[in-house]
Amino acid sequence: MKRFTWFNATALTLGFAFLYVPMIILIVYSFNSSKLVTVWAGFSTRWYGELLQNEEFLDAAWVTLKVAVMSSTIATVLGTMAALVLVRAGRFAGRTLFSGMIYAPLVMPEVITGLSLLLLFIGIGLERGVLTIVLAHTTFSMCYVSVVVSSRLVTFDRSLEEAALDLGCSPFEAFRLVTLPIIAPAVISGWLLAFTLSLDDLVIASFTTGPSATTLPIKIFSAVRLGVSPEINALSTLMIAVVTVGVIIASLVTKQAAIRQARDERMAERPA
Amino acid sequence: MAQTVFAPWNDPDEKPLIQFRGVTKRFGDFTAIDNLTQDIYAREFFALLGPSGCGKTTMMRMLAGFERPTEGQILIAGQDMSRVPPNKRAVNMMFQSYALFPHLSVWDNIAFGLKREGRDKDKIAARVEEMLRLTRLSKFAKRKPHQISGGQRQRVALARSLAKAPKLLLLDEPLGALDKKLRQDTQFELMDIQEKTGTTFVIVTHDQEEAMTVASRVAVMDEGQIIQVATPDQIYEAPNSVYVADFIGDVNIITGRAAPQGDKVAIRFAEGQPEIIGTTTKTFEPGQEIHFAIRPEKVAIDTEEPEDTPNKLRGKVLDIAYLGNISTYHVELPTGLIVKAQTANTRRISRRQITWEDTVWISWTDTAGVLLDR
Ligand SMILES: Nc1ncnc2c1ncn2[C@@H]1O[C@H](COP(=O)(O)OP(=O)(O)OP(=O)(O)O)[C@@H](O)[C@H]1O
Ligand SMILES: [Mg+2]
Repeated sequence: MKRFTWFNATALTLGFAFLYVPMIILIVYSFNSSKLVTVWAGFSTRWYGELLQNEEFLDAAWVTLKVAVMSSTIATVLGTMAALVLVRAGRFAGRTLFSGMIYAPLVMPEVITGLSLLLLFIGIGLERGVLTIVLAHTTFSMCYVSVVVSSRLVTFDRSLEEAALDLGCSPFEAFRLVTLPIIAPAVISGWLLAFTLSLDDLVIASFTTGPSATTLPIKIFSAVRLGVSPEINALSTLMIAVVTVGVIIASLVTKQAAIRQARDERMAERPA
Repeated sequence: MAQTVFAPWNDPDEKPLIQFRGVTKRFGDFTAIDNLTQDIYAREFFALLGPSGCGKTTMMRMLAGFERPTEGQILIAGQDMSRVPPNKRAVNMMFQSYALFPHLSVWDNIAFGLKREGRDKDKIAARVEEMLRLTRLSKFAKRKPHQISGGQRQRVALARSLAKAPKLLLLDEPLGALDKKLRQDTQFELMDIQEKTGTTFVIVTHDQEEAMTVASRVAVMDEGQIIQVATPDQIYEAPNSVYVADFIGDVNIITGRAAPQGDKVAIRFAEGQPEIIGTTTKTFEPGQEIHFAIRPEKVAIDTEEPEDTPNKLRGKVLDIAYLGNISTYHVELPTGLIVKAQTANTRRISRRQITWEDTVWISWTDTAGVLLDR
């Protein structure tokens, strides 16, 4: 912070407290050795050990991760393409309808989305499982990606792409070498958004899942109805860890690109 | 042996490199280029001059392939370009907005087009170094575009478009942000490159001095049309219209009625004032509206009444602009018309003979001015 004032400091502290105190409590209690969630009985990693023995939770975690990675990746590709069309194509017949239809899932109640997808899958006779959840998550997170990416694209200077074409790039190369690197931060944050949306989605997953696939939120929700257990705390802590690591990796990847660029730049240097 | 003058446009056997054939470009119902027909020859340095919004960039963009003519055809080397995408044209463009790649260093910006050609690394590096030296950017090779000054950015854009040594180079105001010294150096550099590589240049500039220095021909544009195309000296000495005369350099315009007298034309421009006598190859009807255009440096100024001159007018000095090498006198005629006269300051310390409010004589020969019908 450039200027330190008591107001800023207080606002910051309160804001962070509001955001993170519940999580910190959860994390702390996940290391509680007592079986009673609300009574502190000393530090222990016992519940993590038990969690690792719990096949059901491990399965659910694996399913969730698979679903999140697949759906967010597909959603990022489709959402970016949709954003390109929306921002680039100018005025074409049905443009308003098209953009409206892309953004509609943003405001659609999840219950409706889930229900309609369920009906669709039953209708076309698709067996419910990992695939159906991936499809469902892709549809609803795609619009988030498209919103994030198109807000970046509107400020993107088209003449950069023209310059790339002028220097001999095919339109696809121009996209890959110029547009994509420049909008990459938006695409990555779109992916992360889709990933986290998929990770914690309960409603749509419940509608579209079948007996073969249970995601963590579904698992946790059903477990909590029988009472909060320290194991759940441990599991949630792990999820927080996964998300944190994911964000760190994402920023490292972008850092990596910067380092590569720095190396290229050193190549440009020549002893005078 | 006399050197042959470079003037392919006068040679009927010469094939133009670029042909605009009745090209019209509309944006919605706005006409940016209006039925333009123009040939540009290989090895030319063709300068486009005109006020903001007259369609210079649009012409360039059509040549580069970013815009398609609404009507008409553009041919490059005899080939119709309407279906050729920008990346398949042997044309490079320097953008008015520079369009530098922000995520790449200066070095990588310049190397970008070379890498697309798939040349080997050493050749690319050598070429980039050459371009960096040429544009005096060697020190900034590893910086990003946002870490250098406006003038440096302009030079990166120039270097990037030059790097591929294209057949046709389109430069949209390439030197506007440079200081005068660097601009002149770069102008000579460009002319040098042109001489060495035989590249054809089409250049947009707002600086008419620049156009005069570098161009083989100058095109003066207005509202999507080319008003006149000619060599720099022709466009200066023999403009075809008041618009061109006024656009290029400083000029006095005196409007009156024509009175042809043999091979000369007398111009009556005001009651009680003598007629102006001029020569022309054009024919004017008696009584037709006529514009007399004369450059200030062709108007002599004296305190005494000059003799043996076909044109002399009496007036009062209203203003004197001292510009170091020259002085411009604003002389007001009794009719209220102001005529500018210029003299070279060839002596460092001269007894100033003429000063404000002085009554003076201005005079010129009968061939000093141009007679125009529009
Ligand atoms: N994509 C476009 N859509 C609508 N109008 C346009 C477009 N591009 C250019 N124009 C219009 O066409 C006219 C010519 O534009 P152009 O950019 O060629 O001008 P210019 O001669 O290069 O001007 P300047 O010297 O200011 O760069 C302008 O009036 C401009 O507003
Ligand atoms: Mg322009």
